[in-house]
Amino acid sequence: MSTQQPIKLDFGVVHYDLMLPPIIKRNYGKWKYHEIIKPGILKHVSETGEEFYTVRAGAPKFASVDTVRKLCDLADKYCDGYLRFTSRHNIEFLISKKENIDGLIADLKKMGLPVGGTGNSMASIIQCTAWMHCHTAATDAAGIGKSVYDGLFEYFQRMDLPAKLKIAISGCLNMCGAVHCSDIAILGVHRVPPKVIDEIVSKACEIPSLIAVCPTYAIKPNPKAKSITIDPDKCMYCGICYGMCPGVPLADPKNDGVSIWVGGKVSSTRSGPMFSRLVVPYLPNNPPRWPEVVDVVKKIVNVWVDGAKKDERMGEWIERIGWGRFFKITGIPFTDKHIDDYVFAIPSMSTGAQVRL
Amino acid sequence: MAEKSETPILDELEKGPWPSHVTELKKTGYKGLLALYEQIYQDKMTHWAHGGMVGVPGYDAGVIGRVSDRPDILKDAHTFRIIEPAAWFYKTEYLRKICDTWEKYGSGLMNLHGATGDLQLIGIKTENMVPCFNEFAQIGFDLGGSAGDIRTMSCCVGPARCEFSCIDTLAIYQELTMSYLDEMHRPRFPYKFKIKISGCPNDGVAATARSDLAIIGTWRDSIRIDQEEVRKYASAGLNINDVCAKCPTEALEWNGTELKLNADDCVRCMHCINKMPKALRPGIDKGATILIGGRARGRYGAFLAWVLVPFMKVNPPYTELKDLIKKIVEWWDENGRTKERVGETIYRFGMGRFLRAVGLPAVPQQIIRPRANPFWFYWPGEVK
Repeated sequence: MSTQQPIKLDFGVVHYDLMLPPIIKRNYGKWKYHEIIKPGILKHVSETGEEFYTVRAGAPKFASVDTVRKLCDLADKYCDGYLRFTSRHNIEFLISKKENIDGLIADLKKMGLPVGGTGNSMASIIQCTAWMHCHTAATDAAGIGKSVYDGLFEYFQRMDLPAKLKIAISGCLNMCGAVHCSDIAILGVHRVPPKVIDEIVSKACEIPSLIAVCPTYAIKPNPKAKSITIDPDKCMYCGICYGMCPGVPLADPKNDGVSIWVGGKVSSTRSGPMFSRLVVPYLPNNPPRWPEVVDVVKKIVNVWVDGAKKDERMGEWIERIGWGRFFKITGIPFTDKHIDDYVFAIPSMSTGAQVRL
Repeated sequence: MAEKSETPILDELEKGPWPSHVTELKKTGYKGLLALYEQIYQDKMTHWAHGGMVGVPGYDAGVIGRVSDRPDILKDAHTFRIIEPAAWFYKTEYLRKICDTWEKYGSGLMNLHGATGDLQLIGIKTENMVPCFNEFAQIGFDLGGSAGDIRTMSCCVGPARCEFSCIDTLAIYQELTMSYLDEMHRPRFPYKFKIKISGCPNDGVAATARSDLAIIGTWRDSIRIDQEEVRKYASAGLNINDVCAKCPTEALEWNGTELKLNADDCVRCMHCINKMPKALRPGIDKGATILIGGRARGRYGAFLAWVLVPFMKVNPPYTELKDLIKKIVEWWDENGRTKERVGETIYRFGMGRFLRAVGLPAVPQQIIRPRANPFWFYWPGEVK
């Protein structure tokens, strides 16, 4: 048992000056243009005339220190000791000598790390920790991620998709994995209300805030038990109550599963940012490889590849052809779950008689 | 005779071409976590439970308590959240020291990186926290945010390696992080508050979707066009008319030799620049668009951030930006309910009241189109 105290507090973040390669410092803010030489390899050219290369590799988001040290070995050998990670869990090797590219790629291949994820390819999949390390998850993210990656592997290393393909996975409605704005999003869902454990609620939870936090007012006080009750007709299984109170768990192996959403994007390009929209309300949890999920994802990618014009992201393509046609050509059944009946429902209803039949 | 695997279900996730997280988990030798993960796969439900309060003395954030409901397999495995260096640049000597410290005091399993940006280190025992923190402190790595506080920020690669970047994302990240360490380490707000900084409207760190306050680089003047380079793209086979057709405001015209831009119509969406980075560049009068209220899920569903300030100059010492953040956070702290992100508080009160509270004008860039209903209020004194 340690009785040590922290040696200092609130010292903040290490300055990036210590982390940047000299070529970046020389050309900071002076970059003129870039090219993607081939999938995974970027060339940046500065106004000073200097050229700088990046090799992007996919990696397991969850990595052992052994693997991270091997990445450091490669960066020492080929990149003067500099590398970075991207917001999508890629590793980027920062190369100031062009002749180092081929050797690095060969070594990455030996390590089993794919090079790609640039331009019109499948980008690395955003994932939360889910079953690896989270109490609210209704499904796993890393396991589904690995299965979808394997199913779409070639698209990480090619750039002939109509546009970028960004996939995200979140284990529950907290959406830590950015599923609300991805081309294809896989979201773990609960389908039954939380079980109220009075002994825990009465001891560990602040009841007024628990009642207030429920978006549908499904939680009512239960003064006798110093606990709460949940109205099953009002609960829509969002889990926000479990986020603040351990006495209302909602994991249920029989009913938990996965929903699939499509058509979201973040960047302001063309159509602007868009939300992902529901296409499959429920698929069962079928670990370890979730074949039903992988099949639907592959099907959606295939119809998009066949139908989209160049530079059309998933959502832009569907908005052009109409959601009715999207459901028709994918064969995914359209149900009452797809029609929004929550708070901002009205703008998503079709008005006038513009109907695609 | 071959030894029987202890994780027959997870072993299936070691097959296939993509690098496997299960293989990584095995490499750490962290048997408890592997065994619990296998049990979760077998039972098809999580065995992680609420973690309770754990942490480093002096901080109320930065460590996420995680315990399991199967202490027979693994009792606890807390998370250390380390503030990432700006834009996730690492010199290997630092990354190696992180690995050494994490191997010594923690599980050896790293999450590169978490959704908010932090370097997340998964699996540490309570008694190891202070010595682990002290070793990180010696190499300059501090804990990040958690719970109701200003969270660890993130920024895109910015001017370090991108010609599109209109603001110094790394410098802003550094400045804001160093300015809000108390707010990051000692939660006292209704809920989390995330800040993300993207250098251009391509929004590489998804600030629009994933942050309460999004700072997105842009420019006020006109896109710069190098006609010679446009012609080179054309002769190399790029269909320039296609690029023009995708312009959301039909601001571009190509006559076969010259690309004309109606700068007043341009909404700075980046599409044409992305297609022809050698020929087109953002203007020179650069700054940022500030957006507010983005978040996933939420009481009313997910929010994409709303435009708050269409254009702001963002240069050191960042006084205007920091004053605005201060006003926003103070108003939200005063008016927000438990577990209410700032966008939801604004929605509940109305954007008009929020704008008045933080002293910002209503401007047409904040909306797509004006209201279609006749229901609004007047402020005291507005009607005589």
